[in-house]
Amino acid sequence: MKNLHVKLLSLGLILFAAGLIFHKTSHLGLPLLPSEDIDVWSVEARLAFTAKKGSIKAQLALPSLPSDYMIVDENYVSGKYGLAVTHENNNRVAEWAVRQGSGEQVLYYHLQLTQNNQNDTTPPKQVTEKVTLADPQQHSENMTSAISTLLEEVRQKSADTKTFTRELLLRFNAETADENIQLLLRDVRTKKERIELLKIILTDALIPARAINVLLLKEGVRHGKLTPWLQVHDGEKWISFDPTDVKSSLPKNAMLWQTDNQPIFTIDGGKNISLDFAISRHTQEPIRLAEQRARKMDSRTMEFSLFSLPIQTQNVYRILLMVPLGALLIVVLRNLIGIKTFGTFMPILIALAFRETELLWGVILFTFIVALGLTIRFYLEYLQLLLVPRLSAVLTIVIILMTFTTVFSHKLGFEQGLSIALFPMVILAMTIERMSLIWEEHGPSEALQQGIGSLLVAALGFLVMSNDILNHMIFVFPEILLIILAITLILGRYTGYRLTELWRFRATLSKDGH
Amino acid sequence: MPSLDALLPWRRMKALGILGMNKRNGHYIAGYNKRANYPLVDDKVQTKNLAEVAGVAVPKLYALVEIEKHISALSEQLKAYDDFVVKPAHGSGGEGILVIIGRSAHGYRKNNGQIISEQEFGFHISNILSGMYSLSGLPDAALIEYRVKFDPIFADVSYQGVPDIRTIVFQGIPVMAMIRLPTRLSDGKANLHQGAIGVGINLATGQTTSGVSYESFVDQHPDTGSTIIGLPIPNWDDILELTAQCYDLAGLGYIGIDIVLDHELGPLMLEMNARPGLSIQLANRCGLQKRLESIETMENIPISIKDRVALAKQFEAN
Repeated sequence: MKNLHVKLLSLGLILFAAGLIFHKTSHLGLPLLPSEDIDVWSVEARLAFTAKKGSIKAQLALPSLPSDYMIVDENYVSGKYGLAVTHENNNRVAEWAVRQGSGEQVLYYHLQLTQNNQNDTTPPKQVTEKVTLADPQQHSENMTSAISTLLEEVRQKSADTKTFTRELLLRFNAETADENIQLLLRDVRTKKERIELLKIILTDALIPARAINVLLLKEGVRHGKLTPWLQVHDGEKWISFDPTDVKSSLPKNAMLWQTDNQPIFTIDGGKNISLDFAISRHTQEPIRLAEQRARKMDSRTMEFSLFSLPIQTQNVYRILLMVPLGALLIVVLRNLIGIKTFGTFMPILIALAFRETELLWGVILFTFIVALGLTIRFYLEYLQLLLVPRLSAVLTIVIILMTFTTVFSHKLGFEQGLSIALFPMVILAMTIERMSLIWEEHGPSEALQQGIGSLLVAALGFLVMSNDILNHMIFVFPEILLIILAITLILGRYTGYRLTELWRFRATLSKDGH
Repeated sequence: MPSLDALLPWRRMKALGILGMNKRNGHYIAGYNKRANYPLVDDKVQTKNLAEVAGVAVPKLYALVEIEKHISALSEQLKAYDDFVVKPAHGSGGEGILVIIGRSAHGYRKNNGQIISEQEFGFHISNILSGMYSLSGLPDAALIEYRVKFDPIFADVSYQGVPDIRTIVFQGIPVMAMIRLPTRLSDGKANLHQGAIGVGINLATGQTTSGVSYESFVDQHPDTGSTIIGLPIPNWDDILELTAQCYDLAGLGYIGIDIVLDHELGPLMLEMNARPGLSIQLANRCGLQKRLESIETMENIPISIKDRVALAKQFEAN
């Protein structure tokens, strides 16, 4: 009955915690494991123009479609302008408006980007996209014949959409273009116009094509521009082409800004318009980034995040949250293994002190203080003091020993000795007292056995509690504490043997096992 | 081909019915011992009072020291007695017990022959009062009581101290018993952890069966060399009845009852323990689990003490 109860309760706790962790990792993108710092791109779009008389309305296309980059944060500097961000067919547009303006006007859009993990959920999204072929346009007589001749040639030398487009681009970008191409390129000056032309030709060949604008992320760019690219659809996905080359994939640092035929920006009531991009790069701790992003996506879950605390408090909780893990270790070592220790949680407190001293020095200093304290405690025994005064005396002596150790190690240049002050002195005093009692009543071997056992558990506890991966996981996913609680509850109903009992009752086994 | 049970030690231990610490704590103590009744057995003063009311034989209480100030008056109070035992009321595992076997010009003579001064004697009691030997470390009281003169039948198999008989009683039925023999190693104390020898007792016949020292089997007393096997325990049936009776005192389902045999007064109940140890299984070379389970499956447990003792004797038949 009780077992079932505990199991159901634990199962509930585990499921709840696992669900929360799953939500945080898969939907909010919090990293399960700590990772190296990652690059964050800061992009600043600067839209500048000179105001004409009357009201001003400025529109800027914002990146929105899923791409290799993910928006971590974005904000706008609008001055006295009113700002509205609208969503239209998968496109986002920032719309600034003001009733009156004069002189030079500057609007800013700031954006923070990180590269998406390649295994993220980006690719399937495009499949659902509906691709329609643009209506063929009417061209002049000689243009129509030039296009059809060109298409005929290209079609013969290609197998599918991709090779077709490549073949077409090859001809367009050849050093010595043939006369058909020359004719077609007669009025084409800019890259944009070239793409428009290619779109027309590809539409005639019944291949859906579109122009996209990408931003090439490069450190230290001050006056960057968007680069137009051509995309054709092969029935499954969009394939990108550089219109002045035959390369068929976007460079790694290309960030897709806009895919529609809509203009990147429009200004009503302005002239001398310019759009510049400034780009810089810095590194950031991935968890902060993820947390920032998650907060943007789902502020309700993240409201209870420990990241919302002041840094100092965060650091306290980084340590505190590890204590249950240490307690679980104690449960395992005592109830499953059967190691004897002084006091139940004394080794955990010692292990916490080891965080500051490092393991080796921690063990040395602990052994040193306890051994010295024990010697003095035996002398106090001879004085026949009452219990509480004797405990106080041991405590005082422990603190004196700690002070001396610190001062001496400082003089000798061992800086590790300084952190001894973080040892829990009351625990040390109680340990000395308990150890001396056991020493007298059960003999030195029992006392040393328990002493070494405690030290071993403390060392193990330190290794577990100072583990970076566990530290990260528990701090980012505090719901792991529920899982620890569940395991503790289950272990609380464990009635099987302890490992050391196999040794204790070995005599019965050898009698039986012939 | 060896079976899985033969290969995995824990499967074999389970097959032997060895009761482990976790099962004892989680199932038997947590399940059958009501916490509210713990003080009845943890506090020897309460145990003694209960026993006296119920007519269970216990060593006579000479004096009870509860505050420091009473210590100075003790020598006057104890004038009439040459030998006695000092115990903490909340002690466990025989800790803090001082056995005085006589007086000398300079103070008291301990059971190991050492003389301690009046002052050292007072200091020991003072330590008891301050809670040095109590389970929780809380201030305690010291009992000074009749020193048991043990039955000479055990003279050959004890070193100094008094052997005592530990019986595990589950829901009123004695399930297993052993006699604990003090050794030089245990400093005359009948505590297995300190090196005393545990010798299993056949519940039906009252004869000792096999011994254990720490974790290994022994057949002889290490100090005297005498065999510890096949010794008949005098008044065995009385002892069994006494243990069954003690269950009714405390209302705890799973207890260990310690009884000493005084050669004049017969069996005397020394103390009860709500968390009896597991070494009794080694002394008897037999697991507790099966016997406990057979009682757990019983529909109702007989009320009469005689019937319960009869049930206990049946364990040996199986």
